[in-house]
Amino acid sequence: MSAVLAVQDLRKAFGGVQAVAGVSFAIAAGELLALIGPNGAGKTTCFNLVNGQLDADAGEVQLLGRRITGLPPRKIWGLGVGRTFQITATFASMSVRENVQMALLSHHKRLRAVFARAGDLYAAEALALLEKVGMANQAERRCSVLAYGDLKRVELAVALANSPRLLLMDEPTAGMAPEERKELMELTARLAKGDSMAVLFTEHDMDVVFTHADRIVVLDRGKIIAQGAPADVRADPRVQRVYLGGQSARTR
Amino acid sequence: MTFSSIVLQFINGLAGTSSLFLVAAGLSLIFGVTRIVNFAHGSFYMLGLYVAYSAIGFFGTTILGFWGGIVAAALVIGVLGAVIEILVLRRIYQAPELFQLLATFAVVLVIKDAALGIWGPEDLLGPRAPGLRDAVTILGGNVPQYDLALIVIGPLVLAALWLLLNRTRFGILIRAATQDREMVAALGVNQKHLFTAVFFLGSLLAGLGGAVQIPREPAQLFLDIAVIADAFVVVVVGGLGSIPGAFLAAFIISVVKAFCIGIGDVTILGFDVSFSKLTLVVEFVIMAIVLVVRPWGLLGRPQGQQRGAGMLSQPLPQIGRRFLLIAGSIVVLLALLPALGDRYLLVLLIDILIFALFAASLHFLIGPAGMVSFGHAAYFGLGAYGAALLLKQAGLPMELALLLAPLVAGAGALLFGWFAVRLSGVYLAMLTLAFAQIVWSIAFQWDAFTGGSNGMVGIWPAEWLSSRTVFFYLTLIVCLGAVAGLWRILYSPFGYAMRAGRDSPLRAEAIGIDVRSVQWFAFAIAGLFAGIAGALFAFSKGSISPDLLGIPRSVDALVMVLLGGVQTLVGPVVGAAIFTWLQDEIARATEYWRAILGLVILLLVIAFPQGIAGFAGRLLARRRSAQS
Repeated sequence: MSAVLAVQDLRKAFGGVQAVAGVSFAIAAGELLALIGPNGAGKTTCFNLVNGQLDADAGEVQLLGRRITGLPPRKIWGLGVGRTFQITATFASMSVRENVQMALLSHHKRLRAVFARAGDLYAAEALALLEKVGMANQAERRCSVLAYGDLKRVELAVALANSPRLLLMDEPTAGMAPEERKELMELTARLAKGDSMAVLFTEHDMDVVFTHADRIVVLDRGKIIAQGAPADVRADPRVQRVYLGGQSARTR
Repeated sequence: MTFSSIVLQFINGLAGTSSLFLVAAGLSLIFGVTRIVNFAHGSFYMLGLYVAYSAIGFFGTTILGFWGGIVAAALVIGVLGAVIEILVLRRIYQAPELFQLLATFAVVLVIKDAALGIWGPEDLLGPRAPGLRDAVTILGGNVPQYDLALIVIGPLVLAALWLLLNRTRFGILIRAATQDREMVAALGVNQKHLFTAVFFLGSLLAGLGGAVQIPREPAQLFLDIAVIADAFVVVVVGGLGSIPGAFLAAFIISVVKAFCIGIGDVTILGFDVSFSKLTLVVEFVIMAIVLVVRPWGLLGRPQGQQRGAGMLSQPLPQIGRRFLLIAGSIVVLLALLPALGDRYLLVLLIDILIFALFAASLHFLIGPAGMVSFGHAAYFGLGAYGAALLLKQAGLPMELALLLAPLVAGAGALLFGWFAVRLSGVYLAMLTLAFAQIVWSIAFQWDAFTGGSNGMVGIWPAEWLSSRTVFFYLTLIVCLGAVAGLWRILYSPFGYAMRAGRDSPLRAEAIGIDVRSVQWFAFAIAGLFAGIAGALFAFSKGSISPDLLGIPRSVDALVMVLLGGVQTLVGPVVGAAIFTWLQDEIARATEYWRAILGLVILLLVIAFPQGIAGFAGRLLARRRSAQS
């Protein structure tokens, strides 16, 4: 099976600091890949290179065999990449349902319509997506009054609006209670398997990573030091050194 | 142009640098620390001239009397600035940025009328500086000695400010607060005292900038707006909060202006180009170029996201049956009014309807689209001028001119919007102001085409529309239809995309929304609808003048929107009605209508920071929740 996302020798420097120094990995459909590493390892930079928020110095990102390096985020979305943010980003003046409708309007290329009533368009589809993430009962509430965990689920519904082939989640469970974390990740895994969607996520919580990821890529100082199934990565001495002390260790 | 004339123009430019720098440095300091865009800063400059005139008259025209008078004037203005900070601004630091702006504009109105009351409407030219009355000959040209003194004053003040900011505790506090005022407050610095002191210093600089001009330019009442526009440009070109940047920008602008005058009229490639006429536009062109290439100014630093205009995250109101019922009955009532036969009432109502549309188009931009414009009058004026020119110069029938004129405004908005959407916050606001000023300058100076400062007359509606009653119905239908159209757009997918881009640009881009092009389109729509209002206005008055494009008219629209409340849909319409009626009432009762209007605005801003309609809405909501 060919990869949904293939990253080849990606590089990015800020001033003199080589934040990402030649990173390559691939994700298959239905797979959850966790990108981990200590602070400053280059996770976020790597993530932002994939989603188009940063331009790479060198290397290539391919989505379903098509080069997407250098495209702006909105074009990358158009090719079938959904994403959630570390700090939730939703439209505060809109209801939960309208947030999802917004993404659907964009997906169906209706944004330039100036006379249609937006509230009537794709309402049922939006509710179906909210049903998927268990938020249908709060569809008419405003995002600004939601609990943080619920907001994360709304973001997930928004990210799913264009039936993405790849889902990018930056610290999906940051700021959530342990029980909520488990629920969200189980939900994500279910959706990934059900819709054969690839998921790339960064995460600080090692319980979440080792319980839910199918495969893990460990970064340190911009380079991959290990990758593989959770059990292999857990046993890797270099990973243990990075996280538990030794030469390369940093404070977390 | 010879070498000597180049040198002379350069010296001339340097002399102009000092005052511009003094005013801009004060504005920059105040903005840096308090985040208030002080519209009244130009008024402080103007008062500096007036007070210096009186002070020198009082002390006598000796060397000591002259310079003593200038210093006294600067101190008086400094104290005045501090008093205004304590009385007015201190109460509204927590209010949205735009309300603070509104308050400072109210201060402009009050100061203007105070100056009119104290010094009268005549221009007052001060004495020449004793000991510096003559001219020196440089390269065969005459340079006034006083100009040379001015050239020295600017760098002296720059050096003094540098020492103050870098070598004193007060200076450290100012610089710290400019970078992060929350942090400074958290460290236990008394914000109140710091802000008052900064206002004193900033106002003093503006007063000094005015006072030193007294031998060169007469004290005039229009200087406040003219100078604030210049100061905005200098501050933005130099970089907000950067004093050396202000100096550099003042220098560049003064020198380029002086050269434009020096070059005069030349023929390039067979075209007659009048560089001296370019002086009004050139600084705004420089500003536009700088903002596009280096959006944070020459020596400024990129700033974090600006706070919005204070209507963030308000949901769109649901238009229910009750709203339609009330709105419908008001429309029916309006339609019956001509039966009263009160001609004056009709004229007032036509004005109100036109301004309601104008205000609604501005609200469309600053509310749902989240872009603050200080120069919306440009599109109102383009609509009016478009109508007049299509009627007079192109010889089109009136109906066609009325139909096509808004497209002129829309095209202008499309052009300027392309630049504007590259910026946000205060920088965006200043750029819109610059564009409005460019359009104003063109209308003001192109005598042959636009009628110059006199404007154009005889722009009357077609025969069948010429009666007041019929024209009233035309205005009623067009304005209500246009406002309804604007609202309709807000509820459309495009309107949702506008709010999405405002609420979270990051998320909007992540779901495929091209935020910039949505904003660009929104800017053009707002301009188009302002143009409809402008075209109707031209035909309702029968004449137009560059005033239609001026900064005061842009601010009028802002006042209407903010007065009514930016979070509501009907707010701008209510605000336009109250503002237009109030202005009319007060103007008939007293010569000092500006001051009264200013005081009313100040009262409203301090009492209802959510605007009138916003306040009424809250009251209603409170009563409803009390009932249930």
